[in-house]
Amino acid sequence: MSGAEVSLRGLGKSFGSRKVLHAVDLDVAAGQFVSIIGPSGAGKSTLLRLVAGLDSATTGRIELRTRGHKADVRMMFQEDRLLPWRTVQRNVVLGLKNRERDAADILRAVGLEGRGSEFPIVLSGGQRQRVALARALIHEPDLLLLDEPFGALDAITRAAMQLLLEQLLAAHPRTVLLVTHDVEEALLLSDRVLLIKDGGIARDLSFDGPRPRHRGDPALAALKEELLDGLLTAEGSLAAVA
Amino acid sequence: MTDASLLSGPAAAAASAAVVRKEAVPRAGAPVVVSVVADISERAGGVAPARARGAALRRVLLPWLLPLGLLGIWQLLSATGIISTAIVPAPLDIWDAAVQLAQRGELQRDILVSLRRVAIGFVIGATGGLLLGLFVGLFEPVRDLLDRSLQMIRTIPHLALVPLMILWFGIGEEPRLILVAMGSLFPVYINTVGGIRNVDPKLIELGKSYGLGRTELIWSIVLPAALQPILVGIRYALGVAWLTLVVGETIASRDGVGYLVQNARELLRIDIIVLAIILYAIAGWLSDLVTRVIERRLLRWHPNYADRANA
Repeated sequence: MSGAEVSLRGLGKSFGSRKVLHAVDLDVAAGQFVSIIGPSGAGKSTLLRLVAGLDSATTGRIELRTRGHKADVRMMFQEDRLLPWRTVQRNVVLGLKNRERDAADILRAVGLEGRGSEFPIVLSGGQRQRVALARALIHEPDLLLLDEPFGALDAITRAAMQLLLEQLLAAHPRTVLLVTHDVEEALLLSDRVLLIKDGGIARDLSFDGPRPRHRGDPALAALKEELLDGLLTAEGSLAAVA
Repeated sequence: MTDASLLSGPAAAAASAAVVRKEAVPRAGAPVVVSVVADISERAGGVAPARARGAALRRVLLPWLLPLGLLGIWQLLSATGIISTAIVPAPLDIWDAAVQLAQRGELQRDILVSLRRVAIGFVIGATGGLLLGLFVGLFEPVRDLLDRSLQMIRTIPHLALVPLMILWFGIGEEPRLILVAMGSLFPVYINTVGGIRNVDPKLIELGKSYGLGRTELIWSIVLPAALQPILVGIRYALGVAWLTLVVGETIASRDGVGYLVQNARELLRIDIIVLAIILYAIAGWLSDLVTRVIERRLLRWHPNYADRANA
């Protein structure tokens, strides 16, 4: 299986006196798709940003293991973060040199063939996120970090993006960590779902099943119930604290 | 029906008609109102392109309506003697003065001299403002070192330095160029620093996470993001440059549009004075036009400019 192995040991992060994550231990196998859900403010995005190296941890250790080369990590954000003054193609090759042909290929793969010379302003929200996805994938990352990438999209566009992501990963497997607040999205896409609560992992569900998965699948429905219960008690405990 | 059959003539007809109409109206009660918002059939070279051409023509012509109209009224009032030509000469007299000066070659020479002064002073000042702004905006130690001093100097009206400039540099070209440069420097400086400081930190973070080095980060993200405010500063600086030149050319000049004015005042040639004022207006308008063309070219990607650039 290609992709990076991820191992977190005692990972903690505080902002001032506020502890957001404490002592998270986690092992992710190469090529695994792991979704992270949890109530807002539970530390999901913080965990992702630590793994991405965008913030530095207060305590603990992050290890990425790959075969024969340094792990390439790419992150996709909820906002597309396209550079508005660059054309679509020049956004995709950000930080790269002489990769125009690859950019055209990857744009075709995300369904934006022939749109490379346009400016981001003329694209729709879903199209812009496709460009952001292409920009991440052209690096062929060993670890892909997705921070609610489809959260701002409408339901139909989101479903299309989920399908696209699944197809692209089936063609080129890699390790993925997805932060989402959509339990259904987590269940449709992942091999494993982590529920994060009060700065730690409260539940760790692994499951198999034929892909692509279907929203109506009774097995998924049962898991969804369980996770929603977990989420709601988490929200309840927050309410009790507040 | 039996009741209706008892009626006779038009009343009966009206009653049955009412029944029929009642059935034609939908159950919901209120009658259906159809408003046609648009009904456009696609035709090559139809109404829409013609209307677009009309709008483009209007955009070109409409701004000229007011100045040309005022000119016409002015000429009319002068010709009928309502405005005394001893106070304000008629537009056609000013035109004659311009033609006379042009025939002697003075007009072209003075305009070119003034243009040259603005160009040199502006380029020096704007470049200085841009460089200082870049260093102060990008490097914190430079900011700590320079920003306060520059802000203090900025609050001094640069025209207050005219007497000093004359004492230091005499009445040659230098004081004029230095004054124009000083006037152009600060608008560019302030907008450059402000533009750089307001770059979206999320884009900077993105650049870093995509492995951009420091130089590349500045070149690919910081500068393009700050470009719009920088261009605003440049546009404003051009205005200040002309303003400064007007004052600068009153210092014992031997040529330039300012000299034209000084000379005309001594000869009581109001027509030439008004001509010079009009020349300044045209110069200001032209320099604004140039910067706007540059702006539209460089900011094609910007939502506020995208529409017009495509049109």
